[in-house]
Amino acid sequence: MEHTKFTPQSWPDKPEQATMEGKNKFVGIWIFICSDITLFASVFATYLSLKDKGPAGMEYSAAELFELPLAFVMTMLLLTSSLTSVYAMYHMKNYNFKGVQIWMSITVLLGLGFLALEIYEFYHYVHDGFGYTQSAFSSAFFTLVGTHGLHVVIGLVWILCLIFRNAGRGLNLYNAPKYYAASIFWHFIDVVWVFIFTVVYLMGVLG
Amino acid sequence: MSSVAVSKKGFGATVWDYLTTVDHKKLGVMYLLAGTLFFAIAGFEALLMRIQLMVPNNDFVSAGTFNELLTMHGTTMLFLAATPLLFGFMNAVIPLQIGARDVAFPFLNSLGFWMFFLGALFLHLSFFLGGAPDAGWTNYASLALYSPGHGVDFYVLGLQISGAGTLISGINFIVTIITMRAPGMTFMRMPLFTWTSLITSALITFAFPPLTVGLFLMLVDRMFEANFFDHTMGGNTIIWEHLFWIFGHPEVYILVLPAFGLFSEIIPVFARKRLFGYSSMVFATILIGFLGFMVWAHHMFTTGLGATANAIFAVATMAIAVPTGMKVFNWIMTIWGGSVKVTVPMLYALGFIPSFVAGGVTGVMQAAAPLDYQLHDSYFIVAHFHYVIVGGIVTAIFGSMHFYWPIMFNRALSETLGKWTFWIFFIGFHCTFFIQHFLGLMGMPRRVFTYQANQGWDLFNFISSIGAILMAIGVILLVLNIIVSAKSKPLNCRDYWGDGRSLEWAIKTPVPFYNFKQTPLVRGYDPYWLEKHEGNEEGMTYAEPLGEIHMPNNSILPLIMSIGTFVAAFGALYHPDGKSWAIPVLILGLAITVGAMIIRSMKDDLGFHVHVEEIVATEEHLYGKGDNK
Amino acid sequence: MMKGLKKWRLFSLLAVMTVFLSACGEDYISTLNPTGAVGKEQFNLLLFSITIMALVVIVVSVLYLYAFLKARRSRLGEDFMPKQVEGSHTLEVIWTVIPIILLLILAVPTLVTTYKFADVAAMDEVDEEGNKTALTINVTAKLYWWEFEYPEQGIVTAQELVVPTGEKVYFNLKAADVKHSFWIPAVGGKMDTNVENVNKFYLKFDEESEGLEQGVFYGKCAELCGPSHALMDFKVKSLDRDGFNDWVAAMQATEGQTASADSTDLGEQTFANSCLMCHAVSGVGAAGAMGPNLTAFGDRNRVAGVLEHTTESIEKWVSNPEAIKPGNLMTGKYGELSDEEISAVADYIMGLSVED
Repeated sequence: MEHTKFTPQSWPDKPEQATMEGKNKFVGIWIFICSDITLFASVFATYLSLKDKGPAGMEYSAAELFELPLAFVMTMLLLTSSLTSVYAMYHMKNYNFKGVQIWMSITVLLGLGFLALEIYEFYHYVHDGFGYTQSAFSSAFFTLVGTHGLHVVIGLVWILCLIFRNAGRGLNLYNAPKYYAASIFWHFIDVVWVFIFTVVYLMGVLG
Repeated sequence: MSSVAVSKKGFGATVWDYLTTVDHKKLGVMYLLAGTLFFAIAGFEALLMRIQLMVPNNDFVSAGTFNELLTMHGTTMLFLAATPLLFGFMNAVIPLQIGARDVAFPFLNSLGFWMFFLGALFLHLSFFLGGAPDAGWTNYASLALYSPGHGVDFYVLGLQISGAGTLISGINFIVTIITMRAPGMTFMRMPLFTWTSLITSALITFAFPPLTVGLFLMLVDRMFEANFFDHTMGGNTIIWEHLFWIFGHPEVYILVLPAFGLFSEIIPVFARKRLFGYSSMVFATILIGFLGFMVWAHHMFTTGLGATANAIFAVATMAIAVPTGMKVFNWIMTIWGGSVKVTVPMLYALGFIPSFVAGGVTGVMQAAAPLDYQLHDSYFIVAHFHYVIVGGIVTAIFGSMHFYWPIMFNRALSETLGKWTFWIFFIGFHCTFFIQHFLGLMGMPRRVFTYQANQGWDLFNFISSIGAILMAIGVILLVLNIIVSAKSKPLNCRDYWGDGRSLEWAIKTPVPFYNFKQTPLVRGYDPYWLEKHEGNEEGMTYAEPLGEIHMPNNSILPLIMSIGTFVAAFGALYHPDGKSWAIPVLILGLAITVGAMIIRSMKDDLGFHVHVEEIVATEEHLYGKGDNK
Repeated sequence: MMKGLKKWRLFSLLAVMTVFLSACGEDYISTLNPTGAVGKEQFNLLLFSITIMALVVIVVSVLYLYAFLKARRSRLGEDFMPKQVEGSHTLEVIWTVIPIILLLILAVPTLVTTYKFADVAAMDEVDEEGNKTALTINVTAKLYWWEFEYPEQGIVTAQELVVPTGEKVYFNLKAADVKHSFWIPAVGGKMDTNVENVNKFYLKFDEESEGLEQGVFYGKCAELCGPSHALMDFKVKSLDRDGFNDWVAAMQATEGQTASADSTDLGEQTFANSCLMCHAVSGVGAAGAMGPNLTAFGDRNRVAGVLEHTTESIEKWVSNPEAIKPGNLMTGKYGELSDEEISAVADYIMGLSVED
């Protein structure tokens, strides 16, 4: 069934749920997101307890450290990448494989841009003495934002694998759920970033 | 073997089959074997502890060794014995109970097993590589950071790997139960074991990530000089307590809910009566699961969180008693008016009810925070949790071994040996733990490797240790029973106990690798009982005609991925020692895992199809010619 | 199958015997024979909760036994097919509402006492001269000993807590290295000693400890802290207010006391050279010492928390502390001492006293 030849008209409305394996992946990615939410919630709670806490005479604080303009650009990149992944799913619903591949590729490029800026930001902090082991605050900051960054890396590798793997195969009911699951994961990463931007950067600088 | 391929296999081929299997039935057997092995190891650790505590000022084991024993006993029993044994039953039974061919993600099912097993192996290597962890199964932050040697590192890494396996399996079962029920099986027609497994899996999904985070923080603090728990650098040890118990309390419900579910299967079968108050039982299960997340700080009443926090958690903890009590009453009312046959599984169920109630009521006492100020960290607590764990979970596991052995192995365990095991173990259990309530009230703290004479504790400790010896004998008898049953005659029948109610009893053993040859049609709650009592003695009505069956492929990749994490753990472990090979090994291990994941993603894996002729041939081979339904 | 019947008997026996339980255990360590308002109220909560729970257990046991005994297949025969009952809405309501009521009844004293025991406002109260009215003791838990500082009185001691009877005694609790927990079972519940914050609570001692078998209440560490966690005992001596005031005065009188390296007494000489840097012999000072204050050592009940109070025990301890308390922090801190030196220093330490 997975390799039946389709036309845009015969392609199912919800291709990611048209097979049993597809339905399983659909429910599965949402349940996985639930567990990932709890993971980030725990790290957020740890961060909030340790914000600005360090050894006696601690010189670093959120208010002085974080730069909102950079964080804002990173946010825009990531939010846009979420939008482009929505376009990719739109094309998937309409059986337009080329559209899927192009918009997923743009998503990856925007994600790479985000990552580059984040690496630049971290390098800047470490260079100024605010490294992972400097204090409880620094350990918490890098763990929270770093865990998110790791999720971004995983998401990018995932989407890239899908793009390359399916380049010769085209869209079918076997790989449609895989694209869908990756896009849900990508949206999740974006939502977590909104929280990070708000809780870490905005609340950190504005108090 | 419960699922037989039509051709006979050599030894090497059988080993390869088990290393690569994604079949829920085989994985169920593997979980059962691994769980039993670790149960025996952890039980032996307990025996050594009780021998040390038999008399005051004993020197049977040293103080340091005792702390390692108590840590490994708790950690192994909860993570590496109880959980896999219950997973074993969930794997063996749930797909059959809902009329499915396998779980939603067979590959992940195998991955979950191998991650658990390699994490368990890694943790146990600590005994040979410098010493086991010694900061308690709760591994509180200040002691855990202070503890010399690599013991705690083994704990952190071993549980991180094992826990990932559990989380994967939890997600797997949720999806399976939601999407793969046979036609006609609505949620409110699902057997209770399926319901409790669903809620348990939801608990796993939400409770394991905080543990993952806590273990990660401990890992980086110990191995990479982070500062989460170092108060001189701004850190706070109470964060560990919170994260651990936000996991730790739901964890005990993760263990007890499947046990409740198993008894909800056993009691109706041997009382010949349907489960009383089904919808209340479902509701109570959901409520217990939910409330289980609201009570974690009752483990921290003496930490100094303040009166208001203690007050809130005290009341929330008392609240859990209500749905739990509801369940006990419903089980009793199932027996009421029924026709009870006291087989070994039923014996365990009958022993469970008073034992668990005793454990539950001491729990309510502990919920009264000011009283808990006296009881916390004393032997009263040890008595309480052993009553609920042994009285609740271990009895469920032992009873379900007998109950489900016919389905899993096409053999029966001996009833006679089973009854001996029950009585010796049960008497030993009460002998050991009842008296510990009093030791706690008489001022004996827990986790003590010895005690001075003349504090009024000598006699009770002695009696408690005698009970441990009885329990050890009981477990030996159980293991003997298992070994002896391998040589007994195959059963080759359906509905071994005669009064099966749910779908898993409708299939003839040995169960074919594809389970039901046609998906059954579920016409009500207790679907098999329904069919039987409408005169359909030969099995179920089917929802589809006989057709091609789509099955998943075996794969060696789950084992390889797990080995990768095992290798990486060694790299992380020896990095703080300054070994130059540590980081390369860490990267190598992660590369193996990620590489295997990418290989998995790059290939198409569409499974294989079993053609109708093959199905007919398999059924004939297993059950002989004739009308096999 | 009479095992259920045995259980029923056991539990009703328990309920009745509770009153007699107070004879259980030793009176210097058991929670069942408490001294002081805090321990007594906790004991009352124990009795109250046991009674309610015993009620539940009795009801459940009776139902369980009756259900089982009537339903045995050996009695009913193989052919009997029971009625397949779905449930009973009425029963579900009953066994939901009644437990809720019982829990509400238990919750009331629970909540009242929770707030009561957390009320440490009196720690800040001062009289007209600005002196604190309530006695506060700073407890520092260390590996593997206890330091007790009396800030208002300016004195410090270790291992043996001395307190007055008949009034609330407040405690500031902290740990110096890893988490411990401060517990005097016969007097009241415990409170953890954390490394990063100070916990506060109070206890009340209504009985003078000299009436007890060994003249002291037993204190325990109640949080796993390492290999010698089981050996981290301390003792509590409770005196009437006058006796306590005398003790405080005697401790204050030791101001400036020290050991001299030039002493002719071998014991004092050894002590000055090998022990004095960690162990003070003056009771006046602050907390934060490396080792237990030994000013009143001769008046204490134990050596190193667990050994009998004799010079032989001191010799044993000083010769090889690691063998007594594995993981302790005194091991290796003072170099080799000859047997003669050890014997002399043991006599010297045993002679340190503030009582007549």
